[in-house]
Amino acid sequence: MSALQHLQADTYHVVHLPEPDDFEFWREQARTLVQCDVPPDRIAWVEPGGNGDLFAAAPAAESERGMPVPPADARLVRANKRFVTLARNAILHSDPERFALLYRLLWRLQANGRIMEDKADPDVRRVEELAKNVRRDSHKMHAFVRFRLVEDEDGEGGEHYVAWFEPDHHILRANAGFFMRRFANMRWSILTPRGSLHWDGTTMSEGPPAERSDAPEGDPTEDLWRSYYASIFNPARLKIGAMLKEMPKKYWKNMPEAALIPELVAGAQNREAQMVDKGKSLFADGLEDRPDTLAAIDKAIHACRKCPIGQLDNHAVMGEGPDDAALMIVGEQPGDQEDQAGRPFVGPAGQLLDVHLEKAGIDRRGAYVTNTVKHFKYVQRGKRRLHQNPGAKEIDTCRWWIESERAIVQPKLVLAMGASAARGMLGKTVSITKARGRPIPLEDGSELWVTAHPSYLLRLDGPAREEQARLFDADLAAVRTRLAELAAP
Amino acid sequence: MATQTVLQKLEILADAAKYDASCASSGTAKRTSMGGKGIGSTEGMGICHAYAPDGRCISLLKILLTNHCVFDCHYCVNRKSSNVARARFTPQEVVDLTLSFYRRNYIEGLFLSSGIVKNSNHTMEQLVEVARILREEHDFRGYIHLKTIPEADAEIVHQAGLYADRVSINVELPTDSGLTRLAPDKDARQIEGAMGRVKSDISELKDARKRFKHAPRFAPAGQSTQMIVGADAATDADIVGKASRLYDNFRLRRVYYSAFSPIPDASAVLPLKRPPLIREHRLYQSDWLMRFYGYKPVEVMQATEADGNLPLDIDPKLAWALKFREQFPVDVNRATKEQLLRVPGLGVKAVGKILASRRHRNLRLDDVARLTLSVTKVRPFICTVDWRPVMLTDRADLRSLLAPKTEQLELFTA
Repeated sequence: MSALQHLQADTYHVVHLPEPDDFEFWREQARTLVQCDVPPDRIAWVEPGGNGDLFAAAPAAESERGMPVPPADARLVRANKRFVTLARNAILHSDPERFALLYRLLWRLQANGRIMEDKADPDVRRVEELAKNVRRDSHKMHAFVRFRLVEDEDGEGGEHYVAWFEPDHHILRANAGFFMRRFANMRWSILTPRGSLHWDGTTMSEGPPAERSDAPEGDPTEDLWRSYYASIFNPARLKIGAMLKEMPKKYWKNMPEAALIPELVAGAQNREAQMVDKGKSLFADGLEDRPDTLAAIDKAIHACRKCPIGQLDNHAVMGEGPDDAALMIVGEQPGDQEDQAGRPFVGPAGQLLDVHLEKAGIDRRGAYVTNTVKHFKYVQRGKRRLHQNPGAKEIDTCRWWIESERAIVQPKLVLAMGASAARGMLGKTVSITKARGRPIPLEDGSELWVTAHPSYLLRLDGPAREEQARLFDADLAAVRTRLAELAAP
Repeated sequence: MATQTVLQKLEILADAAKYDASCASSGTAKRTSMGGKGIGSTEGMGICHAYAPDGRCISLLKILLTNHCVFDCHYCVNRKSSNVARARFTPQEVVDLTLSFYRRNYIEGLFLSSGIVKNSNHTMEQLVEVARILREEHDFRGYIHLKTIPEADAEIVHQAGLYADRVSINVELPTDSGLTRLAPDKDARQIEGAMGRVKSDISELKDARKRFKHAPRFAPAGQSTQMIVGADAATDADIVGKASRLYDNFRLRRVYYSAFSPIPDASAVLPLKRPPLIREHRLYQSDWLMRFYGYKPVEVMQATEADGNLPLDIDPKLAWALKFREQFPVDVNRATKEQLLRVPGLGVKAVGKILASRRHRNLRLDDVARLTLSVTKVRPFICTVDWRPVMLTDRADLRSLLAPKTEQLELFTA
C-alpha cells in the first residue's frame, strides 16, 4: 500500500478524540495511521465539543473511513524523545489544529529523523510554540490558583480549600499531580470551566466543568494577604511593564490581591515624592550638593532649620581657623556665650581648652576649631538658657555640615572632644574611655583622636578633676606629638 | 502602647522587609508532602505567586521577625535612630502566617530576617526557632530562606542551615570604607568570616551525603548575599569586582543588587536621590554575562565608561561589542559558541538554536531572524550566507542606532 493509492481513493479518516487532552489515544491512532501510510492531509482530527468537525454534519459519508488496520509487515514508527516531550505538552493546547500539526511532524519525522533539531523549520517552531504556551499556562496555574477555606457542612468538620481558576488550555488533568504533591495532607478542589479536580487526602477524583459561582466568595485570610501585598511593594520603584509581562491582566480577576493594583500605582508617585520630601526637609532648600567653600557653609547653616535645634531662638556658629589647618578640633555644640558671640569655644569651656592647649604646646590659631552641631540646644529656665545634649538623630543630621567642612579644610588629624563629637565623626556612639589615646583611621586617610570635652572637667571637683585633667593633657600631648610626625616629610 | 494585631504587625514588618531584593525559591532539593503529615513541596523551579507594581516577584512571605534594632546602619530604615513604627512577631505568629498563606497557595515559603534585638545570638536563636517549629512540629516541606547574622555564634548559624533551604548574609556595601561609614556597627571581616563558615558547612555536608544516605542536608539552595547600589561612591567596576570575588571565594549562588531607595526618615549622610533603577538592571545584566556568557570580570569592567560605571542607555554586552568592534562580524555558520555568545542580541537559547540548526542548513539572515527576537539588533555583528554588514559595523553612530528608544509604559490603556 502506498500514499499514492490513498490519494487516488480520495478517502478521509476521521479520528474522534475522547478527551481534548488525551495524548495516549492520539499516540495510538497516529502510530496506526503512519503504519498504514495515511498522509497528513487525509486525516481529520476531531475533539469533543470542537467546532473543527467538518464531517460531523455530513451523513456517514463514503469519504469517511474507520481506522485502517496496519499490514502485518508494517514498519516501526519512529519518534524521538524530543518530539514526544513536546507533543505531550502541545496536545494540551486549545488550538484545534494541534492534532493535525503533530501528525504532520510525526509523518515528516519518518523521512528525516533529525528534523526536530532544525529550529528554523516552521512545523518544529509551531510545535515548540504550542508547548511553550502550555508550559507557561501550567506554570501560571501553579502560581495563581488561590484557595479559599470553606468549613464543611456535611458534618465531617474538616477544612476544605476550594479554588476557581480559568486556564487557557487543557492543562487541568496534567497538573493534578503538582497540587497533590504539594497539598498531600489537605482536602482541596480546583474548579475550572473545563472540569474540576477533587483531592480528599488519599484519592483524586474528577468532576464536570464548574462555574465561578460554585466557588466560595472570600476568605478572611485574604485581608492579611492583601495587606502583605500592599506593604511589600516598594513605591520608589514602579515597574508596571515588568509586572504586566509576568502577571497579565487576564489573571487579575481571580486573584484577591490584584484589586489593589490601580490604587497602589496611583499612590506610588505620591508616596515616593513624600518620602523624598521628608528626607529633603533635613537639608536647606536647594542645597542637595555639598557647599564647596567655608563661606557657603556659613551662609547655609544660618538658614538650616532641619532639626528641632535649628527652630530655637539661636544663631548658627561657624567654625573658625585656617582653611588648610592640619588640626581640626571638634566640640559638641555652641553654648550660651558662643551663641551670643557667634564664635566657637569662647565661653568657660573654651577658656579652659585654651589653657590646656597652651600647656600642650598647641597653637589654637593654627587649628580649625568647630562644633559637631551648629546651633545651641537649650531649655529656657526663667531668664537662663540651660544647655541640653543633642540627640543622636540631631547629630546625624548635622553631620552633613561637619563633613562639608572636613572636605574643604582636609585636616590631617581631627580631635573630637566628647561623645557627641565622636559620634559626629564615626556615626556611632563610642565610649571615650575606650576610644581615647590612640588614632582611629578615617576613610579619607586622616586620623581621628578622641578625648573628653573640657566642659566635663568643669563639672568635676577635687581628685576626680585632677585625674581627668591629667588624662586630657596626656591626650593633647599625644596629639601634638602625632601632628609633628605627620608634618615630617 | 496598645497591643498590635497580627495585621498591624504584618504591615510594619513586611514594609520593613521590602528592601531585601531576593525572593528566589528555586534550586533547592526536591521534596513533596506525600507520605508526610504536613504540606509543602519544592520541585526545582521557583514559582512567583504574584507580582507587585514594582515589577518584583512575590514568591515568599518576606518579613522581619522584628524591626527593633540595636544597630545604627545609615541606609537602613530600621536603624536605632530612626523614627519608624516598631513591631515584633512571636515565632508562633510567623509560623501561623506562613502556613495559612501556604495553604491558600499564596507563597512558596518563608524568607525571614530580623533586626537585632538584645544581642545577635538571641536574635539568631529566634529565627532558627521559627524554622524549627515549621519543619519539626508542622512537617512543613516548602521553602525557607533565613537571613543569618554574621555576629552570631557559628553553632546557631549552623542550626539555621540545617532547617533552611538557603541562608544569606548581606555584605551590604561594595567597599569596606562604605561599610565603615554607613554601617558603623558592622565589620567586613566578620561578614566574610561567616560566609566562609557557611561555605565550608555546605560543602562538608554535601560531601557527607555522598557517603551516608542519612546525613543531614545543609542549605541545599546554597547561600546568597546582597549589596546596596548607589548609597556610597562605589562605581560599577568596583561592584562587579567585588561580586566576582564573592562568587569565587564563597561559591555564592547569587549576588543581589538593591538600588538604594530613598527611605523614610533617612539619615543625613545618604544621598537623597535614588540611583536610576536602570543601573541596578545593568549590574544584573553584567552578572549574567559573567555567569552564563563566559565574560571575565575584567571584560565587564572594560565595558564601563570613563567614570567606571556601565552605560545606562545600552546594555553591557552591546557596550563591550562596540568597544571591541574588531571582533565582529561573526559568521553564524562557522563561529564557535563562545564567539556567538558575544554577539549583542543573541542569548544563550538563540545560540543553542543556531548551533543545532546550522548542522542542517547554511543559515541565511531570515533563518537567524526566526531564531532571535530582533534581527536588527544582531545584524551589524554577524555574517550569514546572504548578509555581510559592510558599512554598518564601522559606522560611528552605531550606538545611537542600536540604543533602545525610551518609551513610557501605560498601565491602564487597553
